[in-house]
Amino acid sequence: MPSDANKSPSAHTTRFWHDPAKRAILFQSLLVIAVLGFVGMIVQNTLHNLESRGITTGFAFLSQEAGFGIVQSLIDYTESSSYGRTFFVGLLNTLLVSALGVVAATVIGFVMGIARLSNNWLIAKVASAYVEIFRNIPLLIQIFFWYFAVLRALPSPRQSLEPLDNIFINVRGLYMPEPIYGDGFGWVVVAFLLAVVAVIGIARWSKKRQDETGQRFPLFWTAAGLLIGLPLVVYWIMGSPMTWDNPVLKGFNFRGGMTIIPELAALWLALSIYTAAFIAEIVRSGIEAISSGQTEAASALGLSKSKVLRLVVVPQAVRVIIPPLTSQYLNLIKNSSLATAIGYPDLVSVFAGTTLNQTGQAIEVIFMTMLVYLTLSLLVSAFMNWFNTRMALVER
Amino acid sequence: MSDSAKVTDKLLPDLPPPANSTGFIGWMRMHLFSTPANALLTLFAAYLLYILMVPSINWALISADWIGDSRDACTSGGACWVFVYNRFDQFMYGFYPEVERWRIDITFVLLVVLAAWLMLPRMPKKGLVSFITLIIYPVVAFFLLYGGSFGLEVVETHKWGGMSLTLILAIVGIVAALPFGVLLALGRRSEMPIVKSICVVYIEFWRGVPLITVLFMASVMLPLFVPEEVDFDKLLRAMIGIVLFQSAYMAEVVRGGLQAIPKGQYEAAQALGLNYWKMMGLIVLPQALKLMIPGIVNTFIALFKDTSLVLIIGLFDILAIVQAGLSDPNWLGFSVEGYTFVALMFWVFCFGMSKYSQHLEKRFHTGHGAR
Amino acid sequence: MSMTHQVEDDKLMVEMRGVNKWYGQFHVLKDVNLEVKKGERIVICGPSGSGKSTTIRCINRLEEHQKGDIIVDGTTLNNDLKNIETIRREVGMVFQHFNLFPHLTVLENCALAPIWVRKTPRDEAEEIAMKYLRRVKIEEQALKYPGQLSGGQQQRVAIARSLCMNPQIMLFDEPTSALDPEMIKEVLDVMVELADEGMTMICVTHEMGFAKTVADRVIFMDKGQIIEENEPHEFFNNPQSERTQAFLSQILNH
Repeated sequence: MPSDANKSPSAHTTRFWHDPAKRAILFQSLLVIAVLGFVGMIVQNTLHNLESRGITTGFAFLSQEAGFGIVQSLIDYTESSSYGRTFFVGLLNTLLVSALGVVAATVIGFVMGIARLSNNWLIAKVASAYVEIFRNIPLLIQIFFWYFAVLRALPSPRQSLEPLDNIFINVRGLYMPEPIYGDGFGWVVVAFLLAVVAVIGIARWSKKRQDETGQRFPLFWTAAGLLIGLPLVVYWIMGSPMTWDNPVLKGFNFRGGMTIIPELAALWLALSIYTAAFIAEIVRSGIEAISSGQTEAASALGLSKSKVLRLVVVPQAVRVIIPPLTSQYLNLIKNSSLATAIGYPDLVSVFAGTTLNQTGQAIEVIFMTMLVYLTLSLLVSAFMNWFNTRMALVER
Repeated sequence: MSDSAKVTDKLLPDLPPPANSTGFIGWMRMHLFSTPANALLTLFAAYLLYILMVPSINWALISADWIGDSRDACTSGGACWVFVYNRFDQFMYGFYPEVERWRIDITFVLLVVLAAWLMLPRMPKKGLVSFITLIIYPVVAFFLLYGGSFGLEVVETHKWGGMSLTLILAIVGIVAALPFGVLLALGRRSEMPIVKSICVVYIEFWRGVPLITVLFMASVMLPLFVPEEVDFDKLLRAMIGIVLFQSAYMAEVVRGGLQAIPKGQYEAAQALGLNYWKMMGLIVLPQALKLMIPGIVNTFIALFKDTSLVLIIGLFDILAIVQAGLSDPNWLGFSVEGYTFVALMFWVFCFGMSKYSQHLEKRFHTGHGAR
Repeated sequence: MSMTHQVEDDKLMVEMRGVNKWYGQFHVLKDVNLEVKKGERIVICGPSGSGKSTTIRCINRLEEHQKGDIIVDGTTLNNDLKNIETIRREVGMVFQHFNLFPHLTVLENCALAPIWVRKTPRDEAEEIAMKYLRRVKIEEQALKYPGQLSGGQQQRVAIARSLCMNPQIMLFDEPTSALDPEMIKEVLDVMVELADEGMTMICVTHEMGFAKTVADRVIFMDKGQIIEENEPHEFFNNPQSERTQAFLSQILNH
């Protein structure tokens, strides 16, 4: 190893500030002192201010009773639950709308991105109009538009729209039948899992067979048949162990069934439509980044159009698309915090909003909230880094 | 000449292409009805457009009412733009006193002149004008808008609002974040481990959290961070939050620009004896900044849209003013008009700027070296 | 043609003693010893990856050596920034890919270092720049941007840019390798002229014609070592080492 420092005859005459190594140490020490001093000053001021306002620091407030209701919760929550529980309620609601948004935005975004490359002029123009309109209007306006101008304008529960049997849309939300799983439904799930395992096995086998003999196997149709057919057969054998709980109008509102509250619907719509416009651009430029030479070379080898896409274009495009797509997903998760503007009970709205206002524990609450988003960001980037390295390795 | 040689003396004339491949019909055939599936798609899209566009245009333009004093002027059944017409000044200027509004006008006219100077490729003395825009103009703008000297009456910031506030927030955010962004980007590329880690942590922290939490932090935590006697204005707090947040994004844009400068440029500058800051200031940054302009415009667009979030902490940007107008009992029920108007305002700005940034990218891409 | 110049035997411009360098685990320079006298013209050749570029890049600290001493015009190259600055002022360098600054005109490229490093007034610096641009016969392009010039013209500007600092030594790092064949001559002509005027030069190049006519000494490097060092006539007609013979037969026999 090159460990020997450069010993030169005149080294001892080097002035301290002319030696980059020493200069770096000095500069960095000064920087650290400045940063620490700055942080120290802030901490001191904060402690002093908190004291004079009579706020006690610490996380003890998390076990106190919250005393307010939350309109949507994925876990058991009542007004007598603790502030700590409001954190988890908000977190889960954030994750719910983010997950829904990621799925919908991906689907719309890919459809629009591919449509922009269509050789059908009208389709391409419609898709590009979609992109240009929705990505240039602030998300918050879109949320407000969907929430106040569209969903708030829906009829009252008594005049609900009923687009399909037992599905009701009104100003209070979207009401749908909820499946009730009876005895034996577990077997249907088991059947589905078995089908998944079988499909993986068959995929391996067919790949191996193709490698050895060159014969191909109709994998897609087999897989589709197994995944749908097997659970269906088991469902029928077990005697249809599932019923529906239908929403029913009682008094001024619906009871039973599943509800999507309008706040969730507005946020979901706006997040998906907005993010999809960006994803469409990413998909388009990702596919365009694959030079036409690649497509020509593949076609010249005699591959069919779909094989050109599957074997040459998509594998390369995916590598271009994944990193910016990831950052769009992260943006979507962060943007879901706009929920607070229309009162969807997400983390920011419930925890950094109501809980903060009631307890006054600004430091702790904002710290926890920011930590959640930071953790989510780091987790997603870590996953995508791992995914990217894997792709790069497969490349070689 | 060998027997196998074939020679023709006759030049073939240029013939027009077959009729079904040119002209409107040929174009339609090629771009709309090339296959049966394509034809179906075309018809489907055309039908969708028809049921979407016709009522929209009818509502927004044909059977809309434009001018009047109250909602009674809205009789045609379409959009009631009277609402926007009546409150237009407020949407633009917020609660800024009417007699002082010329100050906002001058501020923005000055800005437009400076920006146009910088954006038009043929104008001379770009360096001087950039300096004026980035250093002198903000000071002038502050005294114009806030007043308090040169005989100008003080206009407190809580009276600021509307589109002018939106623009002020976005422009302050981008201009103030630029120098921090440059320093952070240089720090992130530094070989000093502590400098590098501090910059990485700073950048990744702000990029990892949503702007709302930053604004919440700025509005509830910032007052705790400073000595009791210091009182931060609400607007100033929002600006600090936005600049902290934006400088992290700016740093990434700058880093991208720096990465695009080839290593040879650094080496040539070093070989000529330039030290680090001269190398950066004379050789690397001037080239990198030029490459960064599209990126800066794009972050500006993002920030411009994000400024609408300040309504959550109680500032009256254009969205908040319109939102407030919608709950005026005299004008209930015009939310579609209100949001459409704000959306259109934002859209025009953002679309224009994104086209400009695309145009720049193309220019840098093709005309390397030529200016 | 190279008879007019004077090598001053008593004055060492560059002295490298036992210089070693590693890239990670890879030993790129192994005990390189080199002495260049004032007015001497050295050509370094060798296969790619042999360490020849690294050697001259160590002389002005574009690369840091880890062992041994490098003394340039009496100044020892160590971690002292002052020394590095002094040496870079005295040593000009011309790169394979020219590395002109694309955002500055030809004239600004040349006047930049005199203004900012030597603190010359602008008018004077531009005069110096024009003088050297005339010398490389490109003064009519002074107000153009580098992107508007051909490769050969760019390389001549790069040479003028270095000369503007009035260097004691010029380093050439494969100055003709990135040029189209028809442009090589115009750059070599400038280099030959420079040599005739007595400039101390160290050139990494594959132009063996240049080496034969101009060099006082030719150095052959391979795998990070100096294998052979001789005056050009002997070097080309009577190479001692097998590796030198192999290298010469490869580049001369086609």
